[in-house]
Amino acid sequence: MTAAAADPMQSFIRSRWGWRDWLLTTDHKRIALLYLLSITGFFFIGGAAASLVRLELLTPKADLLGEEIYNRSFTLHGIIMVWFFLIPSIPAVFGNFLVPLMIGARDLAFPRLNLASWYIFIAGGLIVLSAIIWGGVDTGWTFYTPYSTTYANSAVVLVIAGIVVAGFSSILTGLNFIVTIHTMRAPGMGWMRLPLFVWSTYATSIILVLATPVLAIVTILVAIERIWTVGIFNPDLGGDPLLFQHLFWFYSHPAVYIMVLPSMGVVSEIIPCFARKPIFGYHFIAFSSIAIAVLGFLVWGHHMFVSGQSIYASLIFSILSFLVAIPSAIKVFNWTATLHKGTIHFRTPMLYALGFVGLFVLGGLTGLLLAATAVDIHVHDTYFIVAHFHYIMVGGAVMGYLAAVHFWWPKLSGRRYHEGLGIFSAILLFVGFNLTFFPQFILGYEGMPRRTASYAEEFQLLNVLSTAGASILGVGYVLPLIYLLWTLRKAPDAGPNPWGATGLEWSVSSPPPQENFAETPVITGPPYAYDTMSDPMNQEYVHG
Amino acid sequence: MLPERAAEGAREVDAVFLSLIAMALFFVLLVGLLILRFSIKYRAGSRADRSGRVQKTWRWEVTWTIIPGLIGLAIFIWSGWVFFDVTQPPRNARTIYVVGKQWMWKIQHPDGPEEINELHLARGQPVKLLLRSQDVIHSFYIPAFRVKQDALPGRYTSMWFTPNKTGAFHLFCAEYCGTEHSQMRGTVYVMEPEAFQLWRSSASPKDKAPNMPGTPGAPLAITGQGTFFDFGCNACHTPSARVIAPQLDGLFGQQIRLRDGSLITADEQYIRESILDPNAKIAAGYAYPSLMPTYKGQISESEMRDLIQFIQDLRDGWPGKGETP
Repeated sequence: MTAAAADPMQSFIRSRWGWRDWLLTTDHKRIALLYLLSITGFFFIGGAAASLVRLELLTPKADLLGEEIYNRSFTLHGIIMVWFFLIPSIPAVFGNFLVPLMIGARDLAFPRLNLASWYIFIAGGLIVLSAIIWGGVDTGWTFYTPYSTTYANSAVVLVIAGIVVAGFSSILTGLNFIVTIHTMRAPGMGWMRLPLFVWSTYATSIILVLATPVLAIVTILVAIERIWTVGIFNPDLGGDPLLFQHLFWFYSHPAVYIMVLPSMGVVSEIIPCFARKPIFGYHFIAFSSIAIAVLGFLVWGHHMFVSGQSIYASLIFSILSFLVAIPSAIKVFNWTATLHKGTIHFRTPMLYALGFVGLFVLGGLTGLLLAATAVDIHVHDTYFIVAHFHYIMVGGAVMGYLAAVHFWWPKLSGRRYHEGLGIFSAILLFVGFNLTFFPQFILGYEGMPRRTASYAEEFQLLNVLSTAGASILGVGYVLPLIYLLWTLRKAPDAGPNPWGATGLEWSVSSPPPQENFAETPVITGPPYAYDTMSDPMNQEYVHG
Repeated sequence: MLPERAAEGAREVDAVFLSLIAMALFFVLLVGLLILRFSIKYRAGSRADRSGRVQKTWRWEVTWTIIPGLIGLAIFIWSGWVFFDVTQPPRNARTIYVVGKQWMWKIQHPDGPEEINELHLARGQPVKLLLRSQDVIHSFYIPAFRVKQDALPGRYTSMWFTPNKTGAFHLFCAEYCGTEHSQMRGTVYVMEPEAFQLWRSSASPKDKAPNMPGTPGAPLAITGQGTFFDFGCNACHTPSARVIAPQLDGLFGQQIRLRDGSLITADEQYIRESILDPNAKIAAGYAYPSLMPTYKGQISESEMRDLIQFIQDLRDGWPGKGETP
C-alpha cells in the first residue's frame, strides 16, 4: 500500500495529499497526527461534559441539569477523558511520532497494525458517542456492580462495547512499541543510551499489554450478566459484587500509571534540554519507570478499604501503596538535581514541565494520605479523592501532554508558535487548575461525597471557587488550540533544532522526512550530552 | 479548618491526617523551594558558579530512596494501628441494624424503634452498625465521626463508633447508587443518655403490647425467639434436643474451630452464612455434609436479623432453659 513518493526525503506532511495518503497511511508520523486530531476532539467533548458538571455544582440544589442528566454528564466526562483522551494521549500521539525517530528506525515494527489500531480506537469512540443518542450512561466510569448489571436504566452494554473495542487499540499499540524498542534500535543504540521518553513508553506498553485484557474481561462479564442474567456479580443471582471491584481496579489502577508514566518521560526529556545539562541519575529514572509499572499491579486493593474486603488485605495493599511512592520520589529528586548548576531557560515547554513536577508532587503526596488506611476511611469517595486524582491526571498527565505538544510542535509542524502566548497560557492553566481542584481537597475532608448533583448548603462557597477556577482552566485549554493552529497559517520556520536539543529526532529536518533518516544513524555516545552542545537559545529570535 | 469531631477515634484519624499533611507540606516546600532557588540562581545569563557539578550520584539516590521509605513505613504502621482500632468493635457495643436501599436508610434499634434517614444515639454509648443493602452498594458515611463503610447486598458489613458530642450531624451515602444518590442523606442525633431514654420510650409504640413477638416496635430478640421456634431450630439447637448440633448459648463472638482446623469468629456474617448455607463452614466434630437443611429462599432478611439478635443475646445463656414460650 505504500504510495510511490517522488522524493523519499520530502517532509512527511508535504508528500502526497490524497484522502488515501492520509486514511490508509502506514507512516507512524501521519498516524500520530490522526491520533492528535481525534483525541483533541474527544478532549473537548469530555471538557464540555465537565463544564456541565461544574455549572450544576454552582448551587447546592440539583437545579440546572437535574440528577439524571448530571449523572450522565460526570459519567461521560470520566469515560471520554480516561479511555479516549488520557490513555491514548502521549503514547498514541508522541509515542507514535517519536519512538522510531528517537531510536533511529524507519517506522514502527508493525506499521499496518499501527493504522489498524487507530481505526479500532475510532470505532470504539464512535460506539461510545453513539450511546449519547440513546441517552448516555449513568453508572460512573467505574461501572460498579450490581448497579451497572441490574439496576441502571441506561446504555451500559453499548458503552462497554465501545470501551472493549478501544481497549484492543491500547493492546496493539503497546505490543507495537515493545517489539519496536526491542528490535529496531539503530546500531550503537544500547538500552542504556535510550532516551528516557523511550524507557517510559516501554514501561507504559508493558502495562497496556498486561492490564487492558482484564478490563475487557471484567466489562464483558458485566455485559453478560446484564443481558443474560448470569449470576457473576449480583448476589441475588449467586454472584459477588466485590469480585467486580477487584478485577476492575486490577486494570484501572495500573491505568493511572499508563496516564502518568509517559508524562514523566516527557519531563525527563525537557528538563535537561532547558537546563542545558545531562539528566541526573539516568539509570535510576529509567529503572524507576519499570518499578512503577511492576508495583502498579500490586496496589489495586487500596481503592477498596471500605468496601468490605478483609482488613488484613487492606493493610497489605496499604504498605504496597507506600512502596510505589518511592520510585516516583526518585524521579522527582533527580529532576530537581538536574536543575542544580544548570543554565536554565524559561520557555513554554519548561514551564509546563516544572508545573508538572510541582503538581505531581502534591498529587502523589495526597495519594500517600489515601494509602494510609485510617485517613482513607474518612475521605474515600469524597471530593478529596476527586482532587487527588485530578492533580495526577490533569496536573500530571495533561500538563505533561501540553509540555510535549509545545516541545515537539516545531518538530511536528516545522513552525514556531508565539512564545509570549505560550508562557501566558501555561501560567493561566497553572492558576486555573489550582483554583479548580485545591478547594476540593478541603471539601473532601469536610465530608462532601463525590458524584452528587445536590449537596449540603455549607459546601457552596468552595464549589463556587472551584467552578470559577474551571472557567479559567477552560480559557487555558482553548488558547493553545488557537495559537497552535495559527502557526499552520503564518509563522516563522522552526528549523531542524530550535531548542538545541540532543536526540536523533532533532537531527532531521522539521517536519521530519517521510523516510526519517537518509541513512541509518550510528550512535556513538550517551543521551543528553548537553555539556558539549552550543546553546541556540541564547540568541533571542524575533517572532515575525 | 478541620470539620467538627463528634466521636472517639475521630481525633486519632485527624492526628494521622495532620501529620501526613505536615509531611506533604515538608516535601512540597523542599522540592518547590529547591526548584525556585535553582531556577533563580542558575537562570540563563546569571553569573553563578557552575563548576564542580555533582558526579557520583548513587549516594544521593540511596539517601532519597531510604529516607522517604522509612517515613512511609512509620506512617503505615501508625495508620494501620488506628485503622485496626476503628474496625474492632468492643463487646459492650449496642448493635443497630442498618439497611440501605435506593435511596434511603432504614434503621432498626435492637429494642424496637425504627427510623428512616435518622439515627438517634446516646452520647458515650459504643454502637456497632450492622449494614446491608437491599439493592446496590451504598456507603454509610458520617463525616463528623470520620467513619464510613459500604453496605453490600447479600452479606453483612459492620462499623462501630462511640459518639462523644451531642448535636445533629450529617449522614451521607458515599457510594454512587443511582439517580437520587445525592438525596440519600440523613441526620445523626447524638443526645445525652437521659434524653435518649426519653426518645426511645416515645419512639416505641405505646398502644401495643411491646413484648409480643411480631408487633412493630417489639424488641428484636423477642421476635427472634418466635422465629427460632417457627423454623424449628429448637429441634436441634437446644440443650434438650436429641440431635447432635452446635449449641448456641455463649456462642456469639467466640472463636470457633472448623473441621479443616482453621479458626473463625462466630459473628453475624458467620451465623447468616450457616443458616443459608450450612455446609459452607462446618464446626469441628460435626459431620459433613451437615444434617441441617438450607433455609435459603425460606427466611426473609428481617427474620434473619431477628434470629441473629436472639442468638446474640444467647451469649448470656438461655432465657428460662429453652422451653417453648
